[in-house]
Amino acid sequence: MVTDAPHKGRRRGRPAFRRAAEGVVTRLIGISGIAAIVILATITVFLVINALPAIKEIGLWEMISGTDWYPTSENASFGFLPAEVGSLWVTLVAVALCMPLGVAAAIYISEFANKRVKELAKTTIEFMAAVPSVVLGLLGVALLVPNIRVWLNLDTGLTAFTAGIVVGIMALPTLISIAEDAMHAVPSDLRTGSLALGNTRWQTVYKVVLPSASSGIFAAVMLAMGRAIGETMVVLMLAGNAGVIPTNPFVSVRTMPGTIAGEMAEVVQGGLHYSVLFAMALVLFGITFAINLAADMVLERQRRRWRR
Amino acid sequence: MKKWIALALAAVLAVGLVGCGGNNDSGTTGAEQPAAEELTGAINVEGSDTMVNLGQAWAEVFQTDNPGVMISLKGGGSGTGIAALINGTVDFANASREMKPEEITEAQGKGVEPVETEVAKDAIAVVVNPANPVTALTIDQLGKIYRGEITNWKDVGGPDKAIVLLSRDSSSGTYEYFKEEVVGKDMEYAKEAKLLPSTQAIVDETKANPDAIGYIGLGYITPDVKVIEVDGKAASLESALDGSYVLSRGLYMYSNGQPAGVQKAYIDWILSPAGQKVVEEQGFVPLGN
Repeated sequence: MVTDAPHKGRRRGRPAFRRAAEGVVTRLIGISGIAAIVILATITVFLVINALPAIKEIGLWEMISGTDWYPTSENASFGFLPAEVGSLWVTLVAVALCMPLGVAAAIYISEFANKRVKELAKTTIEFMAAVPSVVLGLLGVALLVPNIRVWLNLDTGLTAFTAGIVVGIMALPTLISIAEDAMHAVPSDLRTGSLALGNTRWQTVYKVVLPSASSGIFAAVMLAMGRAIGETMVVLMLAGNAGVIPTNPFVSVRTMPGTIAGEMAEVVQGGLHYSVLFAMALVLFGITFAINLAADMVLERQRRRWRR
Repeated sequence: MKKWIALALAAVLAVGLVGCGGNNDSGTTGAEQPAAEELTGAINVEGSDTMVNLGQAWAEVFQTDNPGVMISLKGGGSGTGIAALINGTVDFANASREMKPEEITEAQGKGVEPVETEVAKDAIAVVVNPANPVTALTIDQLGKIYRGEITNWKDVGGPDKAIVLLSRDSSSGTYEYFKEEVVGKDMEYAKEAKLLPSTQAIVDETKANPDAIGYIGLGYITPDVKVIEVDGKAASLESALDGSYVLSRGLYMYSNGQPAGVQKAYIDWILSPAGQKVVEEQGFVPLGN
């Protein structure tokens, strides 16, 4: 007993210190987790407070459904519809471009590429995400805008289509990595089972892997869409910013992020135009929030399915 | 654990030292030094994109002559600069138009007393692609084009092709000026007009697009675009100087109250022959006498 005593004491001391340290770290991590929620809530409150004067004076629905955007005129009118439809066209073009490309790339990386190619491709895609959007915008101005006008025989190259192509390229990394993750998560038992039944690798991919990962791929597309709709610099430089309500993507369009970015610096803080831009930001935030939430719910559903 | 704490303390210490160092530096350079007669201080300028190159050239020459003066310059548009002046974030707002009455009211509401100084003159050139056969338009025709009433070049003597309207965005003083003089005060630009974020963007698109028409400040004219005659006169230094060109206007710098100290020295220099020489070098029109 006597010889045991110091040993016991040491034992008791270490866990106590560890417990204390663990408690501190756990709390710190907890605070970080809550901080994310607090920041999001603060952003929402900030947007709503600043948008309130415009909502009171003009009305939220009047802005969302208004067809004219003349913010600095004597009889100013603040209709978001041209920007909403413009954003929609840019996003549609972007998704139409990056969905087939991205899913195909994800299939290749996940199912066919050997280990070295896989590593190389994944690293390259991560680098792609690191290219600043203004650089892509400049490339678009120099290479796409003049050529698209000639190739498609349009009046101008500054169109929703042009912007959509570049935004689609920007959204690719998001789409590829999430879609690849989803396919990677498909249990290999399903693959081997399919191969054992005599399916080829390609048949295994489209009969087994793709359907199993479908909700994850859908979520990847949704997240890419959320990325596309909020992209600012590229659309400001390439979409042309005309105030028409576009009926096809081959005309100049105004977008919500482009409008906010282009006009926010000019407005007097606290004025009506300032508040209207916040209302537009609120609408944009609502749309991206809804898209991301939907994608998250779909992803969660798939995770739960594989846990079973 | 001890190591971490030590490391954290060291980091805090380092940050603190850097912070103190910064304070000391600004204390010695920022404050007036009674011994030296040399000008010191910082001047913040923001506003008109038309005036960005001019402002940059002024700042460069002035800073070379007065190494103690730091001038920071930002574009963004006349509206942007005036908003910044009202919000109290700059010393001077560059503007290619006069302040609107409601902007002056807003400024006074925030305790800012805008003082206008005309620093140069400018002419707005109407430009098309060199491949476009149209060489002259009247203000009336331009107004119809920019209101969207004329949409095809054949109606003004050109080929049977749709007109691609290029304009600056609504933060631009040139946009406001052109609206007032050409489009019409209570009229609106055609919705089809592309509102581009900079004058350079208008030059680039006009250069590349044979159907485009745009308006730019005199300083932005390059051989890649064709200046067309407006009411019988093409925009140039001469036609703006003798007043025969219709689309000419003043360029202004606004300050909060009468400029004093280093700001006054800067604006006095701009109005001096040396400053006005820079105006001419940059392709703008110097003030008379």
